[in-house]
Order: sequence, then C-alpha cells, then structure tokens
Amino acid sequence: MADLEQFRDETRSWLEANCPPEMREPVRGEDDIYWGGRRATFKNDAQKAWLEACVAKGYTVPMWPKEYGGAGLSAPEAKVLREEMGKIGARPPLSSFGIWMLGPALLHFGTEGQKQRFLNEIARGEIRWCQGYSEPGSGSDLVSLQTFGEDKGDHWVVNGQKIWTSYADHADWIFCLVRTDKENKYGGITFMLFDMASEGVTTKPIKLISGSSPFCETFFDNVAVPKSYGDDVPAYVGTINRGWDVAKYLLGHEREMISGADGGERQAAIGAAMKRHASKTGDEIDPVLRAELAQFDVDALAYAAMGEKFLDEIKVGKAHPAQPNMMKYAGTELNKRRHELVMAVGGSRSLEWESEATESGKPAKNWLRTKANSIEGGTSEVMLNVIAKRILDLPGA
Amino acid sequence: MPLYHNEDQAMLADTAAGFMAEEGNIAKQLRHWRDRNCKDGFGHALWKQMAEMGFTGMLVEEADGGLGMGHVEAGIVLEEIGRNLTPSPFLTSSVLAATALKHGSADLKGRYLPGLIAGDSVFAVAIDETAKHRPSRITTRAEKSGNGFKLSGAKSFVIHGSSADMLVVAARTSGADDDADGITLFAVPKDAAGMSHDAVRLVDSSMATHTRFDGVELDGDAVIGEIDGGRAVLDAMLLAGRVGAAAEGVGVARGAMDMTVDYLKQRKQFGRLIGEFQALQHRASHLYSEVEIARAATIKAQQLLDGGSAHAELMASVAKAKVAKTARLAVQEGVQMHGGIGMTDEYDIGLYMKRERALAEFLGDANFHANRVAELSGY
Repeated sequence: MADLEQFRDETRSWLEANCPPEMREPVRGEDDIYWGGRRATFKNDAQKAWLEACVAKGYTVPMWPKEYGGAGLSAPEAKVLREEMGKIGARPPLSSFGIWMLGPALLHFGTEGQKQRFLNEIARGEIRWCQGYSEPGSGSDLVSLQTFGEDKGDHWVVNGQKIWTSYADHADWIFCLVRTDKENKYGGITFMLFDMASEGVTTKPIKLISGSSPFCETFFDNVAVPKSYGDDVPAYVGTINRGWDVAKYLLGHEREMISGADGGERQAAIGAAMKRHASKTGDEIDPVLRAELAQFDVDALAYAAMGEKFLDEIKVGKAHPAQPNMMKYAGTELNKRRHELVMAVGGSRSLEWESEATESGKPAKNWLRTKANSIEGGTSEVMLNVIAKRILDLPGA
Repeated sequence: MPLYHNEDQAMLADTAAGFMAEEGNIAKQLRHWRDRNCKDGFGHALWKQMAEMGFTGMLVEEADGGLGMGHVEAGIVLEEIGRNLTPSPFLTSSVLAATALKHGSADLKGRYLPGLIAGDSVFAVAIDETAKHRPSRITTRAEKSGNGFKLSGAKSFVIHGSSADMLVVAARTSGADDDADGITLFAVPKDAAGMSHDAVRLVDSSMATHTRFDGVELDGDAVIGEIDGGRAVLDAMLLAGRVGAAAEGVGVARGAMDMTVDYLKQRKQFGRLIGEFQALQHRASHLYSEVEIARAATIKAQQLLDGGSAHAELMASVAKAKVAKTARLAVQEGVQMHGGIGMTDEYDIGLYMKRERALAEFLGDANFHANRVAELSGY
C-alpha cells in the first residue's frame, strides 16, 4: 500500500510536469481526439507534446509489458494512473482500436514477432487500425459472414464486403474476419491482418442519422493478402480457420468497453447537473420530469456500483465469463435513457441542429448516436440470448 | 475495499445460507406459523437458534456482549432471510433496535441487550404514523412530567408490535410536527400502562400493530440518546434499517428469480420446455441483470455505511429504491411465468409476491427513496 501511495505521488508530479493545460480541457470536437496513424496530424503542439510524453513513459498502454511499448503497470497502479488523470481532467493521449481491441488479442494470441512489431507501433500511435467484422446480412450473427479468402499457397485472394467499419477511411490496417473454409460454420473463419492501402481495398463512408459518418462500407476486390510478413510475423492471429476464438475473445473486450463499466462518470447521476443547466437557461424542470430524473439516478448509481463490483471481480477472476454481456446490455440501455432525459431537459433548445448555443447540435447528435449503443458490438437482444444460455443455462438457448 | 465478500464474509454466507435453507425454510417457518394462525407471525424457537448461531448480536459492539460486526455481515444474514422468506425479528431487533441502543446509556444497554443477544427478547420500532413512511413528521408527543415523560399519540405499521418486549418510539418533545429538531427516542416496555396494541395480520402473514400511547408514563432513563436531539439517532436507525431491508429485498428477488428460472427449465407447453421460448428467455435475462445490479448497489451501501462514509445515506436510498423495483419485477415475472399455478396457495411463488409488497413499504418505498436521492443530490 505504501508503494501504491508513493506511485500516486510520483504519478501526480509526472502529470503536473507533463500534461499541458490545453490537454486538461474537456474534449469539444472530433479533432480534440488524437487517433494516430500514418496520415495523422496534430491539432496543436500541446497534443503532440502530451502524446510524446506518454509514449516515452509507456502511458498510452500503461498495463502492457515494457518490451511492447507499455509501462508494465499492475492493475492497482493503472487504476491510480486513471484516477490521477481523472482528477486533472487529462485527455487520453491516444485513442485507438489498436489499443482497445487488436492489442489485447495479440497479447493473448499473437506470436512474439507479431507482438514486437504491431504492439510497439500501436503504443506509439504510428499505425491506425480498423475492425472488419460486420457484413451486410451478418450483423449480430457474425458466423454467417461471407467475405472469402481463397487459398493460393503463400497468399489468399480476398473478396467481399464489410460494413460498419469504424473510421475505415482513416485507417492504415485492418483486422478482419475472413471465411477461409466454406464448409465449416464456426471453424472456417480466419482472423487476418492487412494493409488498407492494398490493391483492391476501397471504402465509402455511411452517413448516419446523427449527420456524422464514422462508419464505412469497405469493399475487397481480389485483395492479395500474404500469409506472412516475415519471420514469426504471420498475417493472421491465432490459427488459420480458428479466428472465431480470437473474435469471441475480442467481443468480450468490446462489450466491456461499450458498457462503460470503467467509465463511472459517464453512467453516474445526472439530476443535479440537469437542474443546474435548467436554472442557467431559465427553464424549469416539472415535477414529473424531476421524478424521471430521480428514477434514472437511482438506476445510474446502482449501475455504477455494479461496474465497480464487476471490475473488482474481474481482477480476481470471480466474474462470470459472460458477465460482460450483462454489463453491455444494462449499460447501453441506460445510456440511451440518459440522453432521452438530456433532450427532455433541454426542450426545444436541444432540437437546434446548427446553433452556437448547442455547439452545432451536440445534444441531439449525442442522443442520436446513443441509439447505436444497443446495436453495435452485439445487439441488446443478442446479449439477452447469451445471458439466457451461458448464465441462466436455459434450455435450447 | 473490493465490492465482493472477503473470505470471512464468504464463509459466513455459506453458514447463513445453510442454516436458513435448513431451519428457516418456507415449509418449516412461514407456512408452518401461518397455517397455525400464529399470533406472533414467527417462531421463537428459531429466534433462539439464530442467537445460538451468533446472528442476533452481530451489530452489537463487543464491549456490550455482541460480535461487533458490520452491515455487510448483517446483510448476508438478511439476504438469506429474504431468500427463504424466514419470519423473524432480525431486522427490527438486531438491526433497527440494536442501532438505536448503540446511542443509549450503559444502563439501557445493560437492561435490553443481553435479552436481544440471547434471543430471549423481541424488539419493535414505532416510527410511522401514516400509511406511507414519513419520518420527517412526528406528531406523537412526550410531555415532561416530573422526572420523566408522558407519552401520547399513535403509531402504525409497528412490525412485531404485540410480540415485542420493548418498543423504540420516536416522539416529539418540543417544536412543531414537521420540525427536524425536538425529537426524542424512548425505550418503552410493551406492557407500560396506557399503551394499547391493535394487532393486525398483514398480507405476508406477519403481524403488525396500530399502537396507541394514552398518557404512558415513562422514567427519564427511558430516553435513548439526547432529549430533543433524537433526530440523529432516528436517522442512524433508519439508515441501518433501510440498508438491511434492501439486503432482505435482494434475497426475496433472488429467491423468486431462482424459483422461476428453475420452473422455466421444467415446465413443458406446446411440446417444448417453456425456457426455450425467446420471449421468456429475454425477460429472465433482463431480470437477472436487474437483480445483479440491485445486489451491487446494496453491497456498496453496506460498505459505505460500515466505513462511515458521508455518501452512505445517498447509496442507502439508491439501494432501497433499486431493490424495491427489482424485487417487484422478480415477483411479478415469477407469478406470470408460473402461469395459473403461480396463483395457487400451494406454490411458494405467491408468498414471495406478498413479502415483497410488505417489505417495499417498510422504511420507505421506491418512490420515497428516489425522491430522497433527488433531495440528497440537490434537486
């Protein structure tokens, strides 16, 4: 414990010295988030300095081993770092699907060569990844996917289409589920890694109801994917035709992340803030809306306790392996309710799409965005199916 | 502190679960006493056994002969009580009265705690005066009279009122009905002259009283804590009781859910187990999520209370409100998914529904506590 307190003191001084004041402001626009990659540019010097300081310290991926660009922190130490960053409102230095998704998969399934090469690039923000899972017709039902890689000996020729590929138009590489055996439903999928600049790869953004387009359709037209990128660096993770294991492992991570289990603040009570907001704008919260806010706060604070319990239990291996599905289900449904309430408190003001007062329709855009929460990463209905089958052990589920 | 039971607590949970399932189960206790129209609504032999198990004095400090444990531990016992619908004075005596007596004089503790710890006495609390919980308004009055007080007024929903040896009564010694100050808590022997108990059986087969105080004469040493300064003791007692009631409610919800999920795996309709139907699966899975979340909120409240945190009151109300809604969902889904059989007296699921309703009203329902959450959050 004394060591942890010492670590806290050191972390606090390090953050004080290295986190520029501009990086302690709340994120306001898309360009406040740094995603890294070959084509990335910094918004300002502060953003660059903050990333470089974190990379040097291993703080873009604090819990990864040092040889792969991390800081090798223990879970309690990482929690201290999160808490101290939270206290000063420090922005994450780097946002990346490489950190959130591919990294954990490589740490678990990757070869030493893959780890050395890809994890270090990810930790330094040099490479930006996108995830090629969903296909038209295969949303929550991933095992029905059709994109096919024909085995040509030393390489595959991949043909097909992916959809909902987040930021595919900005990504350098893709980690992608490709069917390599048409006969075998689960056992015929390979988890491939390849360059988005490969010949035959094209992307097309999809405009959403929120007006933004973070997602793309991604097309593969005779893309040649080599089976290896060098000594001990295969182009696939795990085993050929066993990509479903990797995908399942990753979906667990993704669901944990979307559930917001570790982002207590995001799910916490909003009533008091809504009241302050309404008084500032001279609006009133009627008694029925106040009651709805109170009921929401009860649920949100209870869910925050569940999030804490879940993370505590994960640390010591006490959580049921299907528990992330429950967290994802409850967390995303709660988040939708939260934004319905934010809209209701704002009244007609929150409908404004391009006004300065709403920072170009932020409340409405956030509200619309949350509707995807219970669809992406597996729908709420799929989560309920998994709970029924794996936790409640219901028949035929 | 991590939000799960440590080794000692997990051991206690095993012990409590085994004991309640064996000795406190529905057939042996709730149905047994109900079918005999028991005037107390619970069995004294079980209360004595609970004392032998060391449960009764969990929250009493070691210096006073108790175990000096916390609300996490008391909650473990309460969850098993809820799961088995075990009728007992644990919540009123070992949680509410014991918490009040913590603030009492050495004399009061000496007079009452040994009986409580030994399982020889039963205690009740007289707080509510209206059909809905409203402890901010106390109209029962205690006028100074010689060295003591004269108590007049009426209380309702006094659980175990007619079986209790002593009642903890919240009365007004000064000020207006809605004042926060001016409250005093008294330890009133049940047989004190001028007291009358109108006993009534409730929907869950428990016994409560409408208790009247008609110039009941009390000595000065019946006061628990400070004269006129009883609000703090009352609040501490309510806080402990609410967290305890939440724990019992989690047990009721889990008991009803487990019974229902089991039923889904056995009952066939249209040639299939009904648990195969997705419509029912989704509802069962939703219920499971809610029960897990309600349980987490309750353990959080217990830990905050044990740690003396300023947030304990907010989290206690979160837990009580969340549990009330969740247990309601559990019993309603339980009866519905059982179908016609769920409406029969022979099957236990309806007993869960009855207990849930009585427990929800005790010390404030879901709306009362959601409102409290708003107030404590400043809106």
